[in-house]
Amino acid sequence: MDLRQALEIVSLTDPGRVRSHNEDNISTDNEAGFAILADGMGGYNAGEVASGIAVTMLADGLKTALRVGPPEQDPGLLVKNEVEKTNSAIHQTAQSQPQFSGMGTTLVCALFYDNRIIVAHVGDSRLYRYRQKETGPAQFEQITRDHSLLQEQIDSGMISREDARLSSNKNLVTRALGVDPTVDVEVQEHEALPGDIYLLCSDGLNDMVGDEEIHLTLSVLGANLELAAQQLVQMANDNGGRDNVSVILVRVLRHFPAKRGIFDWLSAWFKK
Amino acid sequence: MAKLIINLDGQLLSEFELDKERITIGRKPHNDIPIDNLAISGEHAAITTFHNGAFIEDLGSTNGTLVNQQPITKHALHHGDEIEIGKYRLKYVNIQELGSKIEAHENDAHDFERTMILRPSHVPTTLSGDNPTSDMMAHTIPLILPEAAQRAETAARPNATAAEAREPHAVVQILSGANAGKELELTKTLTSLGKPGIQVAVITRRPHGYFLTHVQGDHYPAVNGQELDAHPRQLADHDMIELAGVKMEFYLK
Repeated sequence: MDLRQALEIVSLTDPGRVRSHNEDNISTDNEAGFAILADGMGGYNAGEVASGIAVTMLADGLKTALRVGPPEQDPGLLVKNEVEKTNSAIHQTAQSQPQFSGMGTTLVCALFYDNRIIVAHVGDSRLYRYRQKETGPAQFEQITRDHSLLQEQIDSGMISREDARLSSNKNLVTRALGVDPTVDVEVQEHEALPGDIYLLCSDGLNDMVGDEEIHLTLSVLGANLELAAQQLVQMANDNGGRDNVSVILVRVLRHFPAKRGIFDWLSAWFKK
Repeated sequence: MAKLIINLDGQLLSEFELDKERITIGRKPHNDIPIDNLAISGEHAAITTFHNGAFIEDLGSTNGTLVNQQPITKHALHHGDEIEIGKYRLKYVNIQELGSKIEAHENDAHDFERTMILRPSHVPTTLSGDNPTSDMMAHTIPLILPEAAQRAETAARPNATAAEAREPHAVVQILSGANAGKELELTKTLTSLGKPGIQVAVITRRPHGYFLTHVQGDHYPAVNGQELDAHPRQLADHDMIELAGVKMEFYLK
């Protein structure tokens, strides 16, 4: 598959204003059609190691699977399996080397395949969708739901959404890659439409910048993704830049149906 | 009257009353504030005072002028701004401006109280170690990041709106074309100007001022007759903007 004509991808990662090093890692590929973002955690530089392994391994796995054409398995399953492999690799590294003990990482991955977006995530890194409507205002939605203590508290009604903004538990994630031998990956599939803009981000963005401001940025600067990415990072830093901040923006330029095998193509042709 | 408090390496050197319409800062002795240091240009910067406001401009110095750690060419000064020239720090103090804002502060007192409730000590101490033990990771793993406490404070950031309320109010007035006379209030963090698909620029409101940036189109906007490049340009009071053949003026209210 070559999605270079169908996807425009820009990305930006920044250590922020407070922390000296960047534990976020990102990888994008508009030929294979994916974007991956990971926010590492753990002492010293173990966080960087965990997010680095996650992004590199997952990118390699997806590239290999997609290089030869359509994947042999369902793409949702493919992403899930690749993320699980990555989890084992990080977990084993953490077990075998004491300096990496306890390291982990969040992950959000978007794979574009056959006019669909497959979203896999673990932890509190997010995917948002900005979609313009033919009639009415554009929609801006958070597609992933954080795997965090706070989100659980909201879901169970213990805490209101407004109070959540002030909570001190924002940073407690309930799922992470590399912490346990197995991981529960959440995978979703959605239709992707030309004109959609997808935003993958680490919590360094959404802890610092409200959803309304992110929405405003995409609606005003959507024509220039490069500038939109810079503006998002700048806003996070202007608001304090307490954490590393990473953003990936993906615009769908046109439909991208998967190529059919010769048999499918012929049978479709005969049915005409 | 406003004044500058001059510091070097945290040591108070002197205070300077801004009692003239224009004062200059530089290495040469004829400046109003002479600073004999090689990092400072002969004529380095100037401060112009009007009504109850002031702005600073860099006079093309070699090492530049920073306000609140951002390089500037021209910048409207506000109470508490810190000017950096070489290793010297000049704090701009304007009691009148401060006074007019106390009311705004009081209105926000509620928010400040809420901020106080969320102290870092509220983070459960059992979870605050940098390396949680593997037992704690067992099932639902409350992984905690070292900067937990800092983020908790950040979470209580609604007083950002208080800071915004203290910002002066900026406006773009359209001077030519079909909408001549119209005023655009720059109340949002981003305000776009121009015609989509042809030429678009955006004004971003940041903590230290307003910036004009080119977004889309073959032509770049001009400020005071000078065409922009791809970089944002900080706007000063009464700057003239030209965009898609329309003239407009930026000013602070």
